[in-house]
Amino acid sequence: MLPFFSKMYGNPSSLHAFGQEAKHAIEEARYIVAQFIGAQQEEIVFTSGGTESNNTAIKGVAYARRDKGNHIITSKIEHHAVLETCHFLEKQGFEVAYIPVDEFGVIDPADVKKAITEKTILISIMHANNEIGTIQPIAEIGKIAREWGIYFHTDAVQTLGHLPIDVSELNVDLLSASGHKLYGPKGVGILYVKKGIRMLPFMHGGDQEQRRRASTHNVPGIVGFGKAVELAKEEMAREIEQLTLLRGKLIKGVLDKIEYARLNGHPKERLPNNVNVSISYAEGESMLLNLDMEGIACSTGSACTSSSLEPSHVLAAIGLSNELAHGSLRFSLGRLTSEEDVGYVLEVLPRIVRKLRAMSPLYRKEVK
Amino acid sequence: MEYSEKVMEHFRNPRNVGEIENPDGVGKVGNPVCGDIMELYIKVKDGVVTDAKFKTFGCGAAIATSSMVTELVKNKTIDEALKISNRAVADALGGLPPIKMHCSLLAEEALKKALDDYRGRISIPASGKPVRKLQIG
Repeated sequence: MLPFFSKMYGNPSSLHAFGQEAKHAIEEARYIVAQFIGAQQEEIVFTSGGTESNNTAIKGVAYARRDKGNHIITSKIEHHAVLETCHFLEKQGFEVAYIPVDEFGVIDPADVKKAITEKTILISIMHANNEIGTIQPIAEIGKIAREWGIYFHTDAVQTLGHLPIDVSELNVDLLSASGHKLYGPKGVGILYVKKGIRMLPFMHGGDQEQRRRASTHNVPGIVGFGKAVELAKEEMAREIEQLTLLRGKLIKGVLDKIEYARLNGHPKERLPNNVNVSISYAEGESMLLNLDMEGIACSTGSACTSSSLEPSHVLAAIGLSNELAHGSLRFSLGRLTSEEDVGYVLEVLPRIVRKLRAMSPLYRKEVK
Repeated sequence: MEYSEKVMEHFRNPRNVGEIENPDGVGKVGNPVCGDIMELYIKVKDGVVTDAKFKTFGCGAAIATSSMVTELVKNKTIDEALKISNRAVADALGGLPPIKMHCSLLAEEALKKALDDYRGRISIPASGKPVRKLQIG
């Protein structure tokens, strides 16, 4: 990736040798990515990241198929890049159905089927949830979409490189992914667009990406994306096994060592790298800051850390009370996470929870 | 969002955590904005707040403002204590991120409630010296 910042600085749209060198590099990356998800090379569009891919897929299809209808189906637990795009389209005259999830965060394909109307032009359901890690029955939903002739998009930002993906097996027409979620560079993503799918471009002003995405290529980013996929190909199977083991240890440890704690999301159908727990009577941001001081980085769905001061929409959708959302913590495991790291969290977290609970007026009442 | 050094210092080592036995005033408030909860206890002698303690369920800002308000109120007369505003608490902490200013309101409200509670418990006879009301029930 680095040489493309300096020595190999050509613009892939240029005809000269420097340009062609860069063009080769991005086409090689495209080939690697396509192979990895069972797609054709020309079905891969490089973008600036998951958010752009989701925006492009949803708005692009909505506007391209407006003559067919104005109804879109998605879920209540999508990433904001999907939800807010849908909210925007609602203001433009589209209608959106937001499918609920069960207590584990799973979407029932039957609910998707029920929501279909004669005006439905697109279904967009995420592959796995970014907060609680729940994996959705994408292939089944895709099958329903196919039967009805409705385009199907999945936000696979959380899963590319972490779970095997085959676009044919998943029955998807469009798929979004982002480089930095698989150890690649930030600011680069892909949108898989199945051959024959009608989609208007989001960016105009150039012939790049077969006119599906104007703008000069982010060559280093794209090359880095390709490399990240190449590495994921080698590492993924081993990583899934290793992280599933560590995930189990962390979840069990938290539930065993801390009273009034619960797991959020599905116990089995979840991303190998995701642990999300709610700890009653201790607030999420306080736990996060304390953990950070001990060198442990995590995130929380607490209202206190959101810019809207609303608790996480995902935790609300699985039926968590505001209090439980308030005490939620998400730990993401990765390629570099070791068993010692998990042990360290299990040593530090109970201590922090004790400290915060000693300060909490809620805990005393509960214990009494 | 970033907290000031002072906020982090009070968050790490909060002052006056706990409850006071037989307090002279208690203020319990919940923050309708984010769900944080704070309880403030005060001890008053001769019209001066001699001790203050708190229990808080909330974020870093909620804990730091709780800690700071207990520090600010100690050794203040009731009139002086009533003048402690959320802005004063935030300023004493070297400021709060704008989105966290509502946390300082929690501290101010808890203090006002504790002071009101104290004033409700006493009566002011002609002598001008406060005496404790008989608690019924």
